[in-house]
Amino acid sequence: MTWIVFALFFWITMWILNVRLANAGRNRIINLIVPALFGISLLVLWEGFVRGLNISPILLPTPSAIAIRFSTSIPILWVDFVQTFVKGALSGYVIGCSAAFLTAIAVDKSSFLKRGLLPVGNFVAALPIIGMAPILVMWFGFDWHSKSAVVVVMVFFPMLINTVAGLSAKDTIQNDLMQTYGASYWQSLFKLSLPAAMPFIFNGLKICTTLALIGAIVSEFFGSPTRGMGFRISTEVGRLSLDMVWAEITVAALAGSTFYGMMALIEKGITFWHPSQRS
Amino acid sequence: MNKLRFFWHKVGPVVTVLLVIIAIWYVATVWLNSAWAYDKAKRADTTISFSQMVSDTMIQDKPLLPAPHQVIKEIYKTTVLKKVTSKRSLIWHGWITLSATLLGFAFGTTFGILLAIGIVYSRAMDMSVMPWVITSQTIPILAVAPMIIVVLNAVGISGLLPKAIISMYLSFFPVVVGMVKGLRSPDQMQIDQMRTWSASKNSSFWKLRLPSSMPYLFASLKIGIAASLVGAIVGELPTGAVAGLGARLLAGSYYGQTIQIWSALICAAILAASLVAIIGTIEKYTLRRMGIQL
Repeated sequence: MTWIVFALFFWITMWILNVRLANAGRNRIINLIVPALFGISLLVLWEGFVRGLNISPILLPTPSAIAIRFSTSIPILWVDFVQTFVKGALSGYVIGCSAAFLTAIAVDKSSFLKRGLLPVGNFVAALPIIGMAPILVMWFGFDWHSKSAVVVVMVFFPMLINTVAGLSAKDTIQNDLMQTYGASYWQSLFKLSLPAAMPFIFNGLKICTTLALIGAIVSEFFGSPTRGMGFRISTEVGRLSLDMVWAEITVAALAGSTFYGMMALIEKGITFWHPSQRS
Repeated sequence: MNKLRFFWHKVGPVVTVLLVIIAIWYVATVWLNSAWAYDKAKRADTTISFSQMVSDTMIQDKPLLPAPHQVIKEIYKTTVLKKVTSKRSLIWHGWITLSATLLGFAFGTTFGILLAIGIVYSRAMDMSVMPWVITSQTIPILAVAPMIIVVLNAVGISGLLPKAIISMYLSFFPVVVGMVKGLRSPDQMQIDQMRTWSASKNSSFWKLRLPSSMPYLFASLKIGIAASLVGAIVGELPTGAVAGLGARLLAGSYYGQTIQIWSALICAAILAASLVAIIGTIEKYTLRRMGIQL
């Protein structure tokens, strides 16, 4: 009982502190502190309730137990990370996104293809493509090649749609200016269309980071070698050692957030001119 | 005449692209299945001509890639010819997935709208919750799905609810982001106008903020429902292939029934497309009644 009371008390204190801080003003440090405090108070709430209500670790392990498990099984987690993220997700992401990018540039030249492919692409992007996973695992085998293939299929259409939309983002007047300069197709592509498309392209790249990780992990449920994050999650769930599963989820969350954050940083560097980046 | 040309301008390219895709599919069928056809002929000590090989690739039982007409035949067989209550009926499996999807979508939308209202009205909530909402989506929730299902099963909750929870997690995010944007979309002049009328917070919410958020809401609902269908399908995988479209996928992959996998996939695609289309229709109707031009 004391655990619950303590956790609730801690949470309320943090919340009051957060309200004070948020109303005090806005600067860089407060913008970081407020969400951090909120996250910490959620963890304390979790720990307190699990301990206070005596919830079995088979159902929900405490954050501290997960942290201990995480620090003691780093070698296994690393092997899984390399297998799933570096080999499966990353390679598929690079192949899929660059294929979609090149396709989009080719499609952009023809308005007929654009009118035909865009509705179809929009439709396919809304489909549960993850369902292709069992088929691709059957075609490419159990190792990372099949995971990579699933990721390629998953990221292709969102990336294609975003790039095609981006390539038509330039204004007619800018296009006319390029024409008055007598710019060739390639010159106006590299100096006008591509820079103008960058915000859209990065939007696609950011969406695809999460999709890539999901694709790589879920396709391991359909068959994998004896390593990999998806493999570990499904087998450890079967053995009911949930602290390991949560440690694996932590790795996935960290990898996903870092991947996304890196893309956002690169975006900030390249599209510094865009209104959404200036505050 | 003009209408007809407009029709072809829009539909023509789409139909062409679809025809090309189907053509590529047929070519791929022949290409992928030819190895098995030749292999079979070799074991029977016969040689087959090219046309025999092509016709064989279209009728295999467990082809690497089934031909489109095989998939359509299978869908016809498992929807029209089977009774709806039969466990072999795709309609039955589709309904199970659909009910989880809709339940999760309803939860997710409600939760998302409430969260968005909180974020718009409370600065502290905006600053502390919003970053975590965004982080929550970089976590591959689908990877967590098996654990949620197994754990909830252990507590005694099984069936629809665990799948709906996964759907909810996937569908609340677009709704939060869209609604926060939508509820903040009235410009300063409109808010000032409400103030000159001395409107209460309550009535300026119902009469200004909520109506002006509608276009944003519908845009995110369309993304949300597609996401919650994916959630429901993946949620069906770890329960051991009992029922639902996801179970059909898993069972198909265990037994190498490629035709079954593809028919479940196409079914899921049709389901997703019709759900999005239904929301699109409601959107059109609502926005027209509200006097918003599309």
